[in-house]
Amino acid sequence: MKALRNFLDKVKPSFEEGGKFHAFRSVFDGFETFLFVPNTTAKRGSHIHDCIDSKRAMSMVVIALIPALLFGMYNVGYQHYLVHGEEASFWAMFLFGFLAVLPKIVVAYAVGLGIEFVVAQWRNEEIQEGFLVSGMLIPLIVPVECPLWILAVATAFAVIFAKEVFGGTGYNIFNVALITRAFLFFAYPVKMSGDAVWVAKDPLCCVGSENALLDGLTGATPLGQVSTGITEITNAVGASMSPMDMVIGLYPGSIGETSVIAIAIGAIILLWTGIASWKTMLSVFAGGILTAMMFNSIGANDVMNLPWYEHILLGGFCFGAVFMATDPVTSPRTECGKYIYGFLIGFVAIVIRCLNPGYPEGMMLAILLMNLFAPLIDHCFVQSNIKRRLKRANK
Amino acid sequence: MSEVIRIKKGLDINLKGKAKEVFSKAQLPDLFAVRPDDFHGIKPKTVVKEGDSVKVGSVLFYDKANPDLKVVSPVSGEVIAVNRGDRRKVLDIRIKSDGNFESVPFVKAKPSSMSKEEVRKAILDAGFFAFIKQRPFDVVANPEDAPKAVFISGFDTAPLAPNYDFIMVGRDEEFQLGVEALAKLSGAKVHVGINVDNASKLFKLTKGVEIHEFQGPHPAGNVGVQIHHVDPINKGEIVWTVNAQDVAMIGKAFQTGVLSFSRSVVLAGSSVKNPSYCKMVYGASISNIVANNIEGDNVRYISGNPLTGTQIPADGFLGAFDSQVTVIPEGDKNDEFLGWIMPRLKKFSVSRSYFSWLLGSSREYEIDTNVNGGERAFIMSGEYDKVFPMDIYPEFLVKAILARDIDKMEQLGIYEVAPEDFALCEFVCTSKIETQRIVREGLDFLRKELA
Repeated sequence: MKALRNFLDKVKPSFEEGGKFHAFRSVFDGFETFLFVPNTTAKRGSHIHDCIDSKRAMSMVVIALIPALLFGMYNVGYQHYLVHGEEASFWAMFLFGFLAVLPKIVVAYAVGLGIEFVVAQWRNEEIQEGFLVSGMLIPLIVPVECPLWILAVATAFAVIFAKEVFGGTGYNIFNVALITRAFLFFAYPVKMSGDAVWVAKDPLCCVGSENALLDGLTGATPLGQVSTGITEITNAVGASMSPMDMVIGLYPGSIGETSVIAIAIGAIILLWTGIASWKTMLSVFAGGILTAMMFNSIGANDVMNLPWYEHILLGGFCFGAVFMATDPVTSPRTECGKYIYGFLIGFVAIVIRCLNPGYPEGMMLAILLMNLFAPLIDHCFVQSNIKRRLKRANK
Repeated sequence: MSEVIRIKKGLDINLKGKAKEVFSKAQLPDLFAVRPDDFHGIKPKTVVKEGDSVKVGSVLFYDKANPDLKVVSPVSGEVIAVNRGDRRKVLDIRIKSDGNFESVPFVKAKPSSMSKEEVRKAILDAGFFAFIKQRPFDVVANPEDAPKAVFISGFDTAPLAPNYDFIMVGRDEEFQLGVEALAKLSGAKVHVGINVDNASKLFKLTKGVEIHEFQGPHPAGNVGVQIHHVDPINKGEIVWTVNAQDVAMIGKAFQTGVLSFSRSVVLAGSSVKNPSYCKMVYGASISNIVANNIEGDNVRYISGNPLTGTQIPADGFLGAFDSQVTVIPEGDKNDEFLGWIMPRLKKFSVSRSYFSWLLGSSREYEIDTNVNGGERAFIMSGEYDKVFPMDIYPEFLVKAILARDIDKMEQLGIYEVAPEDFALCEFVCTSKIETQRIVREGLDFLRKELA
């Protein structure tokens, strides 16, 4: 470590003002603070500080995403061999999924961090860690067949127009990863929805099945099936699914969203470390369950008739509730506001599913919509505090 | 006595290096310095120059805006320097003590038998008024104002803070006289906040005060928190606050007819070999008490507690409002490798992404001055709320201050707060935002705008 420190100290001057690599100052700075905690000390104000920093907070979220990521890789491989009707070992499935998902992670990070580095250099600021999380979320919420170039375009769009124009990490109104997905969804609907994109069908780098595809497979996500009037939900090859299958998550869907178990592990990490707000998470589920129950009792169409627990288990509901709704920057900043915010996300998500035949999945739009309303929710609570203070003064 | 006010939000930071309840034998130093910056809100007009001889109580400077408001010498001797900085701003006035502490005379009488004008004149002339602070704005009070109340905190919950039960022992009569003087001077009710877990015998026996019992973690001992829960400040109202030791200091002058700026000070911190209490005088050089008493050579000396104190050099001087000197390790040479992902079992954090919350509250931590990360925009939410026991949204107030939005600042309760109330917010902040500086600037801005 000493040698590394000495090396960094030696090359540091060439990255500073006037040095020959000054154009890469933000990159060097990013790596230096990544490797070594900065030696800055408090000059005024509090002389001591808690040892949490935003790197720690962000990396906890990345760690919490790993179970969903690993399961997603496995599921991609599993679906691939399933639709070809070929038996394969666990590791073969995982390898296939790994090869399918890794490029997406690389592209998301390369594009997003590249823009972050440029902006940090341009603004003469430190690199901010926010994209560490967004870059991991983006590959997990897209279909496996989403082309890399489209992913790159969408990531660039989201980072620039949803984050940097507002001022960078901490200033954005909308969740960056969800803006990426929304951009994909509306700009390239063919690549993002329908029945053809959820299962990787072609072999990758000589890995995968050479068999022909099985006949009669649907490849549609369970929510897609329900919205087209299929009442008996099946997996990619037409076998019916029990609620337990939905919990395990071996069915077609966005890469990271299918396994409730993997997401639950992530949720435990986030709640244990206190990085995500349990208030938001709990109320998203409460809102979703109550709304689904309400629609169950109305039962006017097939989606309304989907049992409430299947509403929660299927699609992006769990993933959104655990990883997206709890983003502190785009959530309300008041503690009471988080209950309302979460509840309305759950409510709106199910409403969109049930009442809008164009969108089988409502979670993305629900969270983005509530991102927009978060400042309003805060405003109400802050105003009530202000009124209380005024009332006290006039007493 | 009313019911106990329970403070639920807050944080006790259990630091290594707590002082034993004994007084060390350290001699008072020869060198003293008075810093005008300690008396926030005063625009100093210096009246002494190098070579002048002064007594305890000789005026050093007064407030340009209010010439009655004087700051006096804590010691008798000779002014050896008036140090100035940029634009001839006075940084400090250094005085070499002759060791006699010869005082200018003071009225020896019971304040209760004096008229308000007599008490006022005595306190102003003796330079005691500079030790009375006011809210809003957390500045030295204005003698022309009529406050609605006077608040004295009878305990200090800050990390390594002095135990008032110990340092106030035997000062019952002084405190009683000081309270009477303040009551006469202000014409308002005097409130004393005490900790329900402490004996606080002295405070309970004091007549003419309203006692309020508090329970809970830091900042329960902050006078601002106590005001908020007892009699909150609305727009246009003024509350005076005085440190308990300074009340006794005022009382002692009425008791003896002699001025003395002596006070008990705790020397604590993980870099101190023998943390203990000592008798000091405000402005005294700390060199005697820290001599041969410090472990390690890369340490930080703080006049005050580690959350709100001022960094001073090893031969620096005790601040006017401080009764604590803290010495902790510097964190400027840590070179900690990948610290943000390590378990960091020896470090303290309120975040449960570390393990210190599992290791019990009795565990003591050594915390150095490293900020442990880079400054960011607000990211995590709800962190400040957990350590800010007032009905105020601290984050929204800080944002209103940053935006210099006067209406919002007023609406969100800026008149009730002082920078010290935000010290814990600054400690826990994931984004390492300098909230105390922001609040200080906001208060100064508002005061200037409303003047």
